[in-house]
Amino acid sequence: MPKKITIEPVTRVEGHGKVTIHMDENNKVVQSRLHIVEFRGFERFIQGRPYWEAPVLVQRLCGICPVSHHLAAAKAMDEIVGAGTGDGLTPTGEKMRRLMHYGQIFQSHALHFFHLASPDMLFGIEADPNIRNIIGVALEHKDLAVQGVMMRKFGQEVIQATAGKKIHGTGAIPGGMNKSLTPEERDSFLLGDDPLNVDKMIEWSIGALDFFKSYHSTNRELVDNFANFPSSHLSLVRKDGAMDLYHGVLRAVDSEGSKILHDVDCQDYYKYIGEEVRSWTYMKFPFLKEYGKKDGWYRVGPLARMNTVDYIPTPLAQKEHEIFKAYTNGKPNGMSMHMHWARLIEILHSAEMMKKLLQDSDITGDKLVVKGTKQNEGVGVIEAPRGTLFHHYRINENDQIDMCNLIVSTTNNNTPMNLAVESVAKSYMDGHAVISEGMMNAVEVAIRAYDPCLSCATHALGKMPLEIKLFDKTGNLVDERKS
Amino acid sequence: MKRQKKILIYGYGNPGRQDDGLGIVFSEAMEKWAGKNKFGHVSCDTNYQLNIEDAELISNFDLVLFADASQEDLEDYSITSVECSSSRIEFSMHAVSPAFVLDLCNKIYNKSPETYLLHLKGYEWDFIEGLSPKAQNNFNKAFLEIKKAVKQESDLKTIVQSKLDDRKLNLINE
Repeated sequence: MPKKITIEPVTRVEGHGKVTIHMDENNKVVQSRLHIVEFRGFERFIQGRPYWEAPVLVQRLCGICPVSHHLAAAKAMDEIVGAGTGDGLTPTGEKMRRLMHYGQIFQSHALHFFHLASPDMLFGIEADPNIRNIIGVALEHKDLAVQGVMMRKFGQEVIQATAGKKIHGTGAIPGGMNKSLTPEERDSFLLGDDPLNVDKMIEWSIGALDFFKSYHSTNRELVDNFANFPSSHLSLVRKDGAMDLYHGVLRAVDSEGSKILHDVDCQDYYKYIGEEVRSWTYMKFPFLKEYGKKDGWYRVGPLARMNTVDYIPTPLAQKEHEIFKAYTNGKPNGMSMHMHWARLIEILHSAEMMKKLLQDSDITGDKLVVKGTKQNEGVGVIEAPRGTLFHHYRINENDQIDMCNLIVSTTNNNTPMNLAVESVAKSYMDGHAVISEGMMNAVEVAIRAYDPCLSCATHALGKMPLEIKLFDKTGNLVDERKS
Repeated sequence: MKRQKKILIYGYGNPGRQDDGLGIVFSEAMEKWAGKNKFGHVSCDTNYQLNIEDAELISNFDLVLFADASQEDLEDYSITSVECSSSRIEFSMHAVSPAFVLDLCNKIYNKSPETYLLHLKGYEWDFIEGLSPKAQNNFNKAFLEIKKAVKQESDLKTIVQSKLDDRKLNLINE
């Protein structure tokens, strides 16, 4: 009997997703889809608002990565006030923005690794979900759990010091920043009591990488083969090809490593990137126009960045990047589980960058804002923790926003996440009449590797986090599971 | 002299999404009120969502009151006692529950502060700042009651019990 399996987490009022897997009479997977119910009203909501409000307003979009939206909008507004993007700001303005951004990357990646990924590695993806969580980690590997908590806390404190406050930070404004660090704030991060100082963060980042490498060495088959498929990769890179998560030009490489998007100005992104709408999901499918809807899709995020950049401009992370690249003989890496490896290299890079920025005298400077000749259009692009994030605005003669287009990181990874689900569904579910907890979790693990942000919405108590429904050929519910 | 309990009032939610900001508004109002009354034993904090680092934060307090907007079927607000509870790993969750934070605090720091969750009933969730009139009314009621409890140093359990009783009554009436 053909079956349809639905995995539907309902953790938020909006912004949730579900996975449907269709099977034929012989229990073969014939189709799988990741459906995202993404809120689509924001781009219209912001129309009519004064442009200078955008960096604060866009934080309403998401309670998980508000800093990324804050900075991407601020970069677009830099263009509108004639300050240029990235390198057009004052040294203090730019370095404060970078410090905020690396604090965000650091804490976001740390959360993902310690809270979401490490339990799968420590206990196995088919382990009892009652053990396979950070509480289980805290019971059996207390040091690791403490590190996760304190790395998150350190990153959050960096964000608070740079953005001004935890919620609806106002630090980044069109043309620069409205604050710099005080010497006391700077010293608290450089020389704070153990463990809340940047040197300890670097040490723990190296420890987390060693943990992954050790896991990889004993679970090579799983880590290398799980949702492994070739793809193109896209990210910002610095003009000289170095990793730069805050500013740069757009580069894409194909599965062989050849450049297919040649370091183009991100203000022109719309000339190169299109978005396809499909009837079964609200989330669009971005693609490189030159290669068309079918072949132009790409990955973004930590794995993509490892594949696009020529090198990482901090010594410890660069050493790790060399090891990472050598594993695939310099060719792009398409192994979804290596996303965790890439993420850990970026944690280390972010910690090194924070130290470098904190040691820079500009970070306590007082020249914060520049202005130039006003423009009526601006694009802000940033490498958010989950990948490339595009903000594009146009304003009218009354300084009101009259056009807004956002391509968020998770949207850029739409096709790869769908392919990852399909790959795992076929590997784990083909030929099985009964869908086990472990099989279902394997699908979740595939999606989790991309760290999708589906919670860009309000939240509410009392919602079930996961619902699985099994339908027969005629659409009747034949089985149901709730986590 | 009896040592005063160190109290943390922690509101969370997204104040840019109307009533989702109920917890934040509540915590900020309590902070202002506690400062005015020089209640040094009362600390307040806010964030979009709870997360794992909050386990370290609450380990420094004797009593924690989390405040959050709720879509539950409530008349106005309720307070429930929070017990340790681990939850399964979720496929993309970036937030955790008060019970999860308490459990993590217990496992890592061997501390279990007395913990409650204030559920404030919300109604509107648009991209707008500011509470809806009905949510504002619910906030006012809860604010009045919690202020009284903190001022009189009364046990929050009494309020919890009374609100639980109210809810039972409502269910019977339905």
